[in-house]
Amino acid sequence: MADMMKTKELARKVRRDIVDLTYQAGTNGTHIGGSLSIVEVLSVLYNDIMKFNKNDMTDESRDRFIISKGHGAMAQYAVMHRIGILSDEDMATFKKDGSSFSTHPYMNVRKGIEFSTGSLGHGLSLGVGSALALKKKKNLTSKVFVMMGDGECDEGSIWEAAMSAANFKLDNLILIIDKNRLQLDGFIEDIMKQGSLENKWKSFGWDICECDGHNVEDVYKTMSDALKNQKQPTVIFAHTIKGKGVSFIENQYNWHIGVLNDELYKKAVQELEVQ
Amino acid sequence: MELNRQTIRTYSLLGSHRTFGQVALEFPKIDDKIVVLAADQCSPAGLEYFRDQYSDKYYNVGIAEQNMIGIAAGLAKEGFKPFVTAQATFSTTRCYDQIKINMGYMGFGIKVVGLSAGLAIGQYGATHMSMEDIALTRAIPNMVVLSPADCTETAKALIAAAKDDRPTYIRLSGWMNNPIVYKEDYNFEIGKAITMQEGADIAIIATGTMVYNSMKASKILEERGLSVKVVNMHTIKPLDKNAIKDCCDAKLLVTVEEHSVIGGLGSAVAEEISLYNKKPKQLILGIEDYYVKPGEYNYLVKRVGLTSNQIAEKIFETYKGV
Repeated sequence: MADMMKTKELARKVRRDIVDLTYQAGTNGTHIGGSLSIVEVLSVLYNDIMKFNKNDMTDESRDRFIISKGHGAMAQYAVMHRIGILSDEDMATFKKDGSSFSTHPYMNVRKGIEFSTGSLGHGLSLGVGSALALKKKKNLTSKVFVMMGDGECDEGSIWEAAMSAANFKLDNLILIIDKNRLQLDGFIEDIMKQGSLENKWKSFGWDICECDGHNVEDVYKTMSDALKNQKQPTVIFAHTIKGKGVSFIENQYNWHIGVLNDELYKKAVQELEVQ
Repeated sequence: MELNRQTIRTYSLLGSHRTFGQVALEFPKIDDKIVVLAADQCSPAGLEYFRDQYSDKYYNVGIAEQNMIGIAAGLAKEGFKPFVTAQATFSTTRCYDQIKINMGYMGFGIKVVGLSAGLAIGQYGATHMSMEDIALTRAIPNMVVLSPADCTETAKALIAAAKDDRPTYIRLSGWMNNPIVYKEDYNFEIGKAITMQEGADIAIIATGTMVYNSMKASKILEERGLSVKVVNMHTIKPLDKNAIKDCCDAKLLVTVEEHSVIGGLGSAVAEEISLYNKKPKQLILGIEDYYVKPGEYNYLVKRVGLTSNQIAEKIFETYKGV
């Protein structure tokens, strides 16, 4: 087992970074809820699972990461910064006018941001195309990881992509669904009942597994087990809490995009320091 | 690729949609990275030979146009050059966001081959007509929009696109027994309009199937003593501005397209000349702002007023008032 203490520490810092970035974003606010829910999953992915050379993110042998839930970009930037892929200068431009690092990812091949996302329902198709291409290039060692929201499963294009991934036998594609049970307007169960996502993906021909998306050991074990002898496209349901770590943000749909004023920021920081 | 009398005749018989399948057989010789994706349109696109000969370069993604564009973007990101195809309406309107984000915003050089654009398969109803596709695709930054005049030009445009890196929409119009505009090989360049004939009184800028009809209409007008210039605007974007400027000496400028009068070639030309100091009156001919009931192709062309006689008549009536 990898040294999960380091990953835990990374996640702790990233969660604080997200709160700081949100505070710095000012009164327009930013996508804090869905960023806080994916902190541990991204920390494990970048720290323990994915292969890449942080000094050359175009290296052909790298694993590809596609954040289909583009509104989670802040978490991705924070992790990439802590890992040493993004610079302090990059981070300083977050949400500034005309910046490449904004609330949704802007494709930056050199920095390893594979695609511009934010229009939901696109990322899995991009992942299918990337995974197909790797096979065509006889690159049999790289994997394609796609991170998607559970609310995003409302999008019909997801199911076109799900079908095709199994059809093309993409055993190099791993999808992680951030199952925080919320979407912009409220609880998924109240907005659009999705039935059993697990059964749906299974019936489409995917291997399915699940983990506690805030427990780094569980996330790591589930991911590494899934990668061993992978025979089909695999989906990992990461059970998470939207807004995880800040009590007044947790499970609150109206914190999809949130503003931290001085008082709330202080409160959030206090809570994180106790954890 | 050799274009001779026989291939030109064959392509015309097949129609522009199945010409695609024939021309695709040339792709691997042009660029080994070209792959072809079809959304359950192998046979309408005439891709059976390509599928069988180059199975490693061909993917049928099923009836899923949004996914097709997304997969193509993934392939393009990894260095491949995807041509994707479905009926024009499904390969543009159905997956517009995917085209916008993947081809426009991210700029992947995917080639979308829209089959049976305009009224070609209007027998199936307006669900299968595509008269909004030029308007949609040309509104997206970075896009190249091609609209070949006949099957010979379809072949030329496809080959040119295969050698080009830009995101491109190729609008294939007309049906089987597609009238032949180009009887022999000629020079085709993306973004460079072709003057079919010179004339002083009226300048017609046409695209797609309407090049042939406009040529015929010009003959009718010439019989009435008018001198008519005809330009084949096979590239809607980037627009050949010099060719448009050269048309502005005429007393009447006419645009003709098998597409809505809103947002298509006519609009593109109007946008271009809007700030010109010297410009003629412009008549925009196309499909007016309504949906027609289903019918055979020739019936529909007449129904929307785009036969050569109807074009000539409308131009003549407008010219009288100039």
